[in-house]
Amino acid sequence: MNLHEYQAKQLFARFGIPVPSGEVAESPRAARQAADRLGGSVWIVKAQIHAGGRGKGGGVKLAHSLDEVQAAAAGMLGVRLVTKQTGSAGLPVNQVYVEAGSEIEKELYLSLLVDRAHERVTFVASAAGGMDIEEVAATTPEKIFTVSVNPAAGLQAYQSRILAAALSLDKEQRRQFVALTAKLYALFCECDAGLVEINPLIVSKSGQILALDAKVNIDDNALFRQPGLVAMRDPTQEDDMERSASEHDLSYVSLDGNIACMVNGAGLAMATMDLIKLRGGEPANFLDVGGGATPERVAEAFKLLLSNRQIGAILVNIFGGIVRCDLIAEGIVSAIRDVKVSVPVIVRLEGTNVEQGRALLAKSGLDIVTAEDLTDAADKAVAAA
Amino acid sequence: MPPTKPWRQRDAVRTGVVSILVNKETAVVVQGLTGRQGSFHAKQCLEYGTRLVAGVTPGRGGEKCLGLPVYASTHDAVRATGATVSMIYVPAPFAADAILEAADAGVELVVCITEGIPVLDMVRVKAALKDYDCRLIGPNCPGVITPGESKIGIMPGFIHQPGRVGIISRSGTLTYEAVFQTTNNGLGQTTSVGIGGDPVRGMGFIDCLELFERDDATEGIIMVGEIGGTDEEAAARYIKERVTKPVVAYVAGVTAPPGKRMGHAGAIISGGEGSAATKFAALEAAGVTTVHSPAELGSAMLAQLKA
Repeated sequence: MNLHEYQAKQLFARFGIPVPSGEVAESPRAARQAADRLGGSVWIVKAQIHAGGRGKGGGVKLAHSLDEVQAAAAGMLGVRLVTKQTGSAGLPVNQVYVEAGSEIEKELYLSLLVDRAHERVTFVASAAGGMDIEEVAATTPEKIFTVSVNPAAGLQAYQSRILAAALSLDKEQRRQFVALTAKLYALFCECDAGLVEINPLIVSKSGQILALDAKVNIDDNALFRQPGLVAMRDPTQEDDMERSASEHDLSYVSLDGNIACMVNGAGLAMATMDLIKLRGGEPANFLDVGGGATPERVAEAFKLLLSNRQIGAILVNIFGGIVRCDLIAEGIVSAIRDVKVSVPVIVRLEGTNVEQGRALLAKSGLDIVTAEDLTDAADKAVAAA
Repeated sequence: MPPTKPWRQRDAVRTGVVSILVNKETAVVVQGLTGRQGSFHAKQCLEYGTRLVAGVTPGRGGEKCLGLPVYASTHDAVRATGATVSMIYVPAPFAADAILEAADAGVELVVCITEGIPVLDMVRVKAALKDYDCRLIGPNCPGVITPGESKIGIMPGFIHQPGRVGIISRSGTLTYEAVFQTTNNGLGQTTSVGIGGDPVRGMGFIDCLELFERDDATEGIIMVGEIGGTDEEAAARYIKERVTKPVVAYVAGVTAPPGKRMGHAGAIISGGEGSAATKFAALEAAGVTTVHSPAELGSAMLAQLKA
């Protein structure tokens, strides 16, 4: 689960991590009032969406007067902001964050994530702040520094000092950096974060280290013990179909193609998408109905797939293990009857009671194309779509 | 049932130098036996012939479930039965505790089926497991099966057949595809290990490759990877240096968009890392036979073993 920048900065503030003063606003007038309360003569107005690349997309504006703050907010609020990370539909801007301007001496990069290879929480730092860090890592890997934290010992000050030295911070900044990293590690662990990224982390003209941006992602598996963070969830930033899928315990990801797929198991679901592509088609989605797919879930999944108007065919690929194919077939038949499926349905069933399952599909009188195997299923779906 | 192979008895789990992790002698306790999932799947394991010897549910010591004695702690269960493996169906919030309890009770292998364990719990579990001589399979996995001998997990037993191929996979149903194809073409399996879809997990590809390479009965290895992380790349390097047996590999998620979690917590392309294309390239560079369709895993293995 992603947080907005303003929510992430509230978390930062709670953990004592320095951030510029700022306020969230939901109307241009409120943005103006916020800027007035913040004081100063320069403000940054930032669109609050769950995606990066906001600056280039017009979602970050510098304002030199209250009028400019209000105008910038008016230009962002209520629109769908398109950045290179949002896709062409963009994401709705319902809040802006108004922040006091900072005088920047130096821009750094700092993030905290779970390093899968080392199985540890790891700091990633670079003096090349404010840039696309993936590009920095690809082109100049020597500018990226990492330290991994032993979960029993926790972050040690020497590790922070190693990073501070790599970032060429002076003595006073090193002191601030060591304190900041300790607080960041505490936040990461206490909030069950999956990623905390500050890009840029700045050294201001007055020598203060501040988190100018803040990106926080929370581990979905840990939400059961993070009720305060769950309350920060913003469903307007989520894909409608993905959200409705998660309400039915289905795992769904929208794609751009026209062949919808319904599969049991995440790996097989990805493999089915890949096979559609390999046979010349384009998958419309990833949909995992779960290893223990039931007829009810199959019906819900059909409804979900059909709410996508772009689809030209539905490919159902079920490997019935513990779940019996005859039960799945019953679910498919009743779902097609109830939901009034208007596109060709191609079904590949395999596993327990597969003969009974296929027989049920055949005698249903419905226009269901049965496939012999994986490849046959993909070919028939591509032909039908 | 196939005839018992003498080397399998010699390589019993107890010796610590097992080549196939589990066999028909393996005594298994079930943590979370009395739960809905636990009892459902344990029943299937019993029907398959797995030597389940006890269940563990805190607060329910002394009860019986599926005819098995239930103990209040894994320590009690292991002491009473001599079990060397624990199979875990405990709900995610309590699973980290269950894994470490099993390790502390002295089992040699923990198979954790549970899905949805917080990643920081697994980071702590993996660090703590270093204190024990204990392997972990999973979490978020179908488990491990030696066909005809012992099924420890949630996989459908009937699709398996004792045979010649070792299978390692990050995905459940895709494991079944590989199993089913090698059963249908007569190759069969020595052992199939579902290592699970989480970013921080127990045994990885390399651990299993090492065991299959050492196992006399395994003639070829099928490896099923997916997007996310760099384990397939590391496995490719390992295969090039250490594995003499033919390996056939498939990686799921060529069409997966970056930054999206594809069902499994670990299946996400992030930070410019973990795409299927780079994994395929690494495997191919290591001389591994790759297939770009999951439907060809079995036939590619057959071609390798005939060659």
